[in-house]
Amino acid sequence: MASASETGHVANREYRSDHEGFLRHRGFRWMKIATALCVVCIAAYFLTDPKPRPGGGTWIGYTLGTIGALLIVWLSLLGIRKRAITEGRWSLKAWTSAHVYLGLSLIVVATLHTGFQLGWNVHTLAYALMMLVIVSGMFGIWAYASLPTALSTNREQMTQGQMVDAIRALDRQLHEAAQPLARGPSDLVLAALEEDPFSPGLLRRLSGHYSGCATQKALEGLALSGSADPEIERVEKLLVRRKAQLERMRRHMRLKAMLEVWLYVHVPATMALLAALTAHIVSVFYYW
Amino acid sequence: MKDRVRIAIIGSGPAGMSAAGRAARLGMSHVLLEKTDHLSDTIFKYQKGKHVMATPSSLVLRSDFEFDAGKREQILGIWDEQAASNAVTVRYNAEVTKIEGEKGAFVLTLKGGDTIEAEAVILAIGTQGNPNRLRCAGADLPHIQYQLDDPTEYVDEHITVVGTGDAGIENALGLAADPAQGNVVTILNRGTEFARAKEANVKLLTEAEAAGRIIIRNETTPAEVRPGELVLDTRDGQETIRCDRIIARTGSAPPRKFVEDCGIEFTSPEREAFPVLSPVFETTRPGIHVIGALAGYPLIKHCMNQGYDVVEFLNGNTDLKPADEPILAEKFATLPGQRSVDEWLELFGSRIEIFRDISALQLRELMLDSDVSAFRKGEAVFERNEPGSSLFAIADGSVAVEVNKDDPSITVPIGQGSIFGEVGLISGRRRGSTVRAAQDLIVVELSRAAALKMMATAPAAAKVVNRIAIERQLLQIFGSGLTPEDIAELVDGAEVRELRANEVLMKEGEEGTDIFIIRRGSMIVERQIGGKPVFLSYLPAGAYVGEMAVIDGSRRSATVRSAIKSEVIRLPGEAFVRLLARKPQLKQKAFAEMERRREINTFVEGRKENFSSVVDMYSQTAQFLVDNGIGEATDVLLIDETLCVGCDNCEKACADSHDGLSRLDREAGTTYAHLHVPTSCRHCEHPHCMADCPPNAIQRGPDGEVFIDETCIGCGNCQRNCPYGVIRMDSVPPKKPSILSWLFLGKGPGPGEPSKAWRKAHADGVERPKQAIKCDMCAGIEGGPSCVRACPTGAAIRVSPEAFLSVAKLAEGE
Repeated sequence: MASASETGHVANREYRSDHEGFLRHRGFRWMKIATALCVVCIAAYFLTDPKPRPGGGTWIGYTLGTIGALLIVWLSLLGIRKRAITEGRWSLKAWTSAHVYLGLSLIVVATLHTGFQLGWNVHTLAYALMMLVIVSGMFGIWAYASLPTALSTNREQMTQGQMVDAIRALDRQLHEAAQPLARGPSDLVLAALEEDPFSPGLLRRLSGHYSGCATQKALEGLALSGSADPEIERVEKLLVRRKAQLERMRRHMRLKAMLEVWLYVHVPATMALLAALTAHIVSVFYYW
Repeated sequence: MKDRVRIAIIGSGPAGMSAAGRAARLGMSHVLLEKTDHLSDTIFKYQKGKHVMATPSSLVLRSDFEFDAGKREQILGIWDEQAASNAVTVRYNAEVTKIEGEKGAFVLTLKGGDTIEAEAVILAIGTQGNPNRLRCAGADLPHIQYQLDDPTEYVDEHITVVGTGDAGIENALGLAADPAQGNVVTILNRGTEFARAKEANVKLLTEAEAAGRIIIRNETTPAEVRPGELVLDTRDGQETIRCDRIIARTGSAPPRKFVEDCGIEFTSPEREAFPVLSPVFETTRPGIHVIGALAGYPLIKHCMNQGYDVVEFLNGNTDLKPADEPILAEKFATLPGQRSVDEWLELFGSRIEIFRDISALQLRELMLDSDVSAFRKGEAVFERNEPGSSLFAIADGSVAVEVNKDDPSITVPIGQGSIFGEVGLISGRRRGSTVRAAQDLIVVELSRAAALKMMATAPAAAKVVNRIAIERQLLQIFGSGLTPEDIAELVDGAEVRELRANEVLMKEGEEGTDIFIIRRGSMIVERQIGGKPVFLSYLPAGAYVGEMAVIDGSRRSATVRSAIKSEVIRLPGEAFVRLLARKPQLKQKAFAEMERRREINTFVEGRKENFSSVVDMYSQTAQFLVDNGIGEATDVLLIDETLCVGCDNCEKACADSHDGLSRLDREAGTTYAHLHVPTSCRHCEHPHCMADCPPNAIQRGPDGEVFIDETCIGCGNCQRNCPYGVIRMDSVPPKKPSILSWLFLGKGPGPGEPSKAWRKAHADGVERPKQAIKCDMCAGIEGGPSCVRACPTGAAIRVSPEAFLSVAKLAEGE
């Protein structure tokens, strides 16, 4: 039926992006590289038989340690790469992909480096911190891979600002609709209006359970009164809508929190790891 | 009262005011008629404190009034002062309703019945127009107003707003905003929908009604206005309500009707046409002159210069050289031959076909927006796939067009007086072939905007361009070895047809013998499979459809409909078949192409059992994207919400790559099947924003990006014209400390757009003007668009629609 335009699109710069997520980036390129790295390390570990026993002090231990330390430093640079929007053909997606798979390979590299000699010392502290960083990162991978769809479905094309506006608009209507109500019911509505829908509490936000929700209480209270008064009914309808909006907002906050909360472990633990790693390296060479 | 003056000037904007100033200085009797009670109403109505710019900076100002970039108040103040010191005779509240008489003895009738006699008339009324008046009994009562400056002025009144456009709704909301004012606000809606208003405004209005702050009356119109009362025509009969004040916002009538009623002809019936003018700004009605925005010159400096010039001409100074003379002289200085400006203009006007019917004044103006250049024999004017949408006209010499990309020795000549590059003019896309100078060459290069303006004002020129464009487009599409003679039959039978959005061009299963070339806009190809339309492909401008049925005599194999408002060239099928019979090479090519399309059809047909739901999803997603303006996009940012974690790194990267201002709003916009179209520029094939840019600051750049350059005057036209809301007006924030000093020392606001508070605190007292900003696809930044580069999960992708909306994508997804 048709021909492509002869005058077509030959871009001077190649920037058309592939539609591929960070985990699948370039056909799992970094997963393959990381796996290869692990295989080589394991093979080297088991094919050599250092004396008196495997550990950080053998030549294979030093090699693994160097690889691990370099990896840790490079992985932590993602934080700067992400924020420094410089010119050039870099892609943060490629960086993330490499960060994920090389970060996971550290489990193998660093564990082999220890030669399974763990104890209560600064060396094991560095190892433990590294594992903490990796475990929190694994949570992050899970969150990034599974939550965005839910986030998108929940917001139904609304922006965060629009969600807040929608609740405010309902609040204004509720405020006016509640004017003719008697003392008892109007107190319930006022309590719902006065409640801070974003009341603090990390657990609340992460769990999404708001047990003391005043809007819910107001609804229950009005239902108990059993009144068929049209004014009360109008308020009830508005409260139901407010409840629905609040729930959407809370789900949104919960998902956003889940997507971010692990970073509050991941990043500080990385800082601590870098400090512990420095202490580990310095002490090893100092007490040679 | 009766007055007799030498010159009556209607409209006291920059053009009219400058004319009156010149007349006063020359001691000519004159009167400046202004319908409001202040000078320069258009600028008066700018928002408070708006920075007014003075472009083009290269143009010398020639006026008895001063003008330089500055604040609205300051400029208006200077003008008021100078109107007084120049002893300009101004008559305020003088709206002219009629101009009668003839050159030397005009009679101007003012609203209210006064008349003024004048020997000559200068119309400088701009393009703002007059608000539509209420058309019912009592419409002249004083409590009807057509504008609302300050809604907080009115207290405890019953106010009725007539009209439910944005202006009416905003006024009504403003009046009802503060319950303490105690106003009872009613808004009248002629129908039941609010089709002419923005969705956000409608939402606020219905919300205000739900809250009891505003009364909306649907299907209601005013029947009679009485003091303190308003009679309404409602669906159920007449009704009288209390009403202390009426605010009528029912749109405004463009001034064209008034101008035509004065006996002045326009160049064409098209909306964008201007009055026909002589070199001294005289219209087709002798003695009446038109200057300023109404004459097609929206920039303040142009207007003021014209005011000066027209009065000089009226005073008999025929030797006056326009103020743009030095600019043109500088432009022409690069050309060989040492001619004067007038000689060059004469040469262009007589030699170049499209300039023949253009007045000397228009040609001058055209040359200001154009470039002239000389090329040596063999030099390339432009190369294949180079971006560019300008039109070239050959003033001297000739060129050779390399029509075959694989063999540059095959060329088609274009001779002196003709044009080339017109394809870019129509489609806005890249150059289709390389054009070289066949002899030493002098060309005039018209920017796309200038060329389109010329075509709108000079129908004869438009005709020439159209015919040439169709001929060339055919040669380019059918390619190999055809000459203009070969396709003459096709060109003669060609016919341009306009299609509304979603109009069906051809229907699957119907007989059809015509071929269509998409000239502007784009098309969607779909087939009915299992009772459902399946999206097959997307066709951009420059593609052709319909030849399958013509070649093998079958019925149409698919339905083709327009994605957006489009233009196609219809070619007679028989002539095409005869052409194929004469040219076996072309026949071969056409058959190969047809085979390829058959394969796609078979592919979809073959898969329908296996993944009908996938195909369904694909069709619906494609339709969603087309509905969201992707049909006119050339490059669009999409976000895959199954990957987007909402980190807004794309926005931050955008801000950090562009002076600290983000040109994209990730969260806003529509979503379908987790495919999100954020609020960001689509780089439309025919950008709406370009339509009305006074300094012509919006251009298409090297990679197809539509960008706004630094000559932007901040008028906001493009922002209003963009249907996708992707243009914002803002001033450049102060520079931030580097990323590392933020990371390690906590200096500055960090990545992304700085907050308003931080900007204010670090403004250093310099207030920068607000200009229009939009996505420029990170032009000039190595690596390409930073929104995509900075996405950590690969959710942000940039696509061109024809690549994305292709059934081939389905095969990939298997």
